[in-house]
Amino acid sequence: MTVMEWRRRHVLGLSDFSPEEMEFVVDTARSMEEVLTRDIKKVPALRGKTVVNLFFESSTRTRTSFEIAGKRLSADVVNFTSSSSSTTKGETLLDTARNIEAMKPSVLVVRHSASGAARFLSEHVGCSVINAGDGANEHPSQGLLDLYTILKAKGKIAGLKIAIVGDILHSRVVGSDLHSLGRMGAKLWLCGPATMVPKALEKSGARVTWNMREAVKDADVVMMLRIQSERTKSPWFPSIREYSRNFGLNRAIFSLAKEDAIIMHPGPINRGVELSDELADCARSAVLDQVASGVAVRMALLYLLAGGSHAAH
Amino acid sequence: MLLIKGGRVIDPANNRDEIGSIVVDGDTVSGFFPAGSEPSNFDGQVIDAAGKWVVPGLVDMHVHLRDPGFEWKEDIRTGTAAAIAGGFTSVVCMANTNPVNDIPDVTRGILDRTRETGSADVFPVAAVTRGLDGKEMVNFTEMAEAGAVAFSDDGKPIENALMMRRALEYAKGFDYLILAHSEDHALCENGAANEGDTALRLGIPGIPAEAEEVAIARDILLAKLTGGRLHLQHISTRMGVGLLRMAKRSGLRVTGESAPHYFTLTDAAIEGYDTHAKMNPPLRGEDDRLAIIEGLADGTLDAIATDHAPHEDYVKRCEFINAANGIIGLQTALPLTLALVRDGKLSPPKLVALLSTNPAGILRLAGKGSLSTGADADVTLVDPDIEWNFTEEEVFSKSKNSPFLGCKMKGRAALVVRAGRVAYSKMTGVSVDV
Repeated sequence: MTVMEWRRRHVLGLSDFSPEEMEFVVDTARSMEEVLTRDIKKVPALRGKTVVNLFFESSTRTRTSFEIAGKRLSADVVNFTSSSSSTTKGETLLDTARNIEAMKPSVLVVRHSASGAARFLSEHVGCSVINAGDGANEHPSQGLLDLYTILKAKGKIAGLKIAIVGDILHSRVVGSDLHSLGRMGAKLWLCGPATMVPKALEKSGARVTWNMREAVKDADVVMMLRIQSERTKSPWFPSIREYSRNFGLNRAIFSLAKEDAIIMHPGPINRGVELSDELADCARSAVLDQVASGVAVRMALLYLLAGGSHAAH
Repeated sequence: MLLIKGGRVIDPANNRDEIGSIVVDGDTVSGFFPAGSEPSNFDGQVIDAAGKWVVPGLVDMHVHLRDPGFEWKEDIRTGTAAAIAGGFTSVVCMANTNPVNDIPDVTRGILDRTRETGSADVFPVAAVTRGLDGKEMVNFTEMAEAGAVAFSDDGKPIENALMMRRALEYAKGFDYLILAHSEDHALCENGAANEGDTALRLGIPGIPAEAEEVAIARDILLAKLTGGRLHLQHISTRMGVGLLRMAKRSGLRVTGESAPHYFTLTDAAIEGYDTHAKMNPPLRGEDDRLAIIEGLADGTLDAIATDHAPHEDYVKRCEFINAANGIIGLQTALPLTLALVRDGKLSPPKLVALLSTNPAGILRLAGKGSLSTGADADVTLVDPDIEWNFTEEEVFSKSKNSPFLGCKMKGRAALVVRAGRVAYSKMTGVSVDV
């Protein structure tokens, strides 16, 4: 168990997380996961604290995951869901945040369609802010839970070939995974249609390919991203059918990966589009492990931000 | 009578850069006197200009005064006050007001309010199309007769190439000038910053340089087709400058401007989602910035214009992609351009040409942009070396949206004479005429 001083007030992204810090969160998540194996899955660590899930974009799993994480730690969890952002001429984001802040929450968990929204809020409120996804920027708890999931399956990150396939350009998951997995020494391959995988991403240290076979060949982990049907409104690719043909994972392509390779997906899956039905349910799929790890990682983050500045336990 | 004595008189229109004096009589310049030959026993106010540059009042050919319709952002009184404080005695205001400046009454209203409350001359630009919607041309002649000096749908591109063709062609018949906000809307999509490494890293949708360049190329080709007079607004990219250079070499009647932020800042300024660095066109890369400086230095770019775009605080204090575009610029243009002079990129006469003589020439503003005998008595005294801080207290605009707030500046207008009267003074012992 790493022991370190936790000094962060906010978790806005992983771009400034050191490997040690990420390991520390994972270690904390591990002890949280132990709680989840108990008969009574609840500890009083955050009793009297309030966690507000402030979601400006629809999300079921991330919001539920944070909600369960908070409740397992005995925090009061409130959901504030608003489909409108300030673009629709409603209340400004700043006004919304100030209103919520006046109710004295301990932690704001924010999801917003605008990159930088969580950071913006953190600059204007007194409580802690966790970014639960901002535009195409970052989704740090996902980056950490991906790290944790792979560590559990593979025992290490350094040296693994990890292929991420899909709409890389618009993916905040990739925005965080580049830091979490990349900084821990994985060999990251980014793959998808050239319209969605700019070569400039190689400056992050990852490899870019528009050929799925090259990405998947000898991979230890193949992470498939959801393709948003909205993307067909602008001409990013010809059709879902052609997308699936070139960038969907099926048994034939997956056979190019290492024999013990695992499949990941941040969800929700479009069955038969980016991931074939049979692979989604196969033994090598770690998709549900990701969901389970997610609760533990989010408990760790809430605990570290609201529970005090001490080493985990 | 006013004697501006012993300054470095820089007047590109008369090919002059020498120590001497300017005499103003009423609202016109009555003459230049080389050092030592000033009138003795001068019967009027004497301003000691030693150590200062004495230049024709600066002309900003691209501002948004927000009047009528958005007076909480800026109005003619505050916008012209900011202009004067920045050394500008003339400003050219764009048509994207509310209502749009597409009927003579709006133009006349702007000019009326300028007479009542303005401290600088205001030259309105009329829209090219009604409501800036790109569909129907305004009545060009009516607008010109009301006082419009040029035509532009600035803020929006004219998307339809045929409409642009017809506007250039029709305007040619009366020798009117079209100012083009050249931008391919479809290529911009939902972009909010320059398409490049910074935007990619921050997860902000990008606007490629090509969105501007494709449209500049189109507009230049339409100028070639029609023989119309075209001026390209706020050029921000290397290839944009290159296309303008090519057009000029081909003998087309095309001119172009850029803004101080494009030769001072790059898209690195949006780091941390700083909405004060959000504008359209967006701040570009370092190579583009250098190309703007080259274009200014070699004469490809004819003018420096601020694209002064005031916005109230709350439309900037929000998520980056939802923030309003634009920055105020009237009070920072001169010091930022002086930085290019100190870096050896521009000569002092070149600075004056870019900020006064050329824009006055492009727009044919009679009496502006020179210190010729008989010219309007608009004179700016520049202190090129004074250091000052650009703080909120310095801002004359109603809006304070500038990425340069809090920055150290070097050089500013020390004194401004407009229409023969001292309109602004930072000089001890010289007070403003009321």
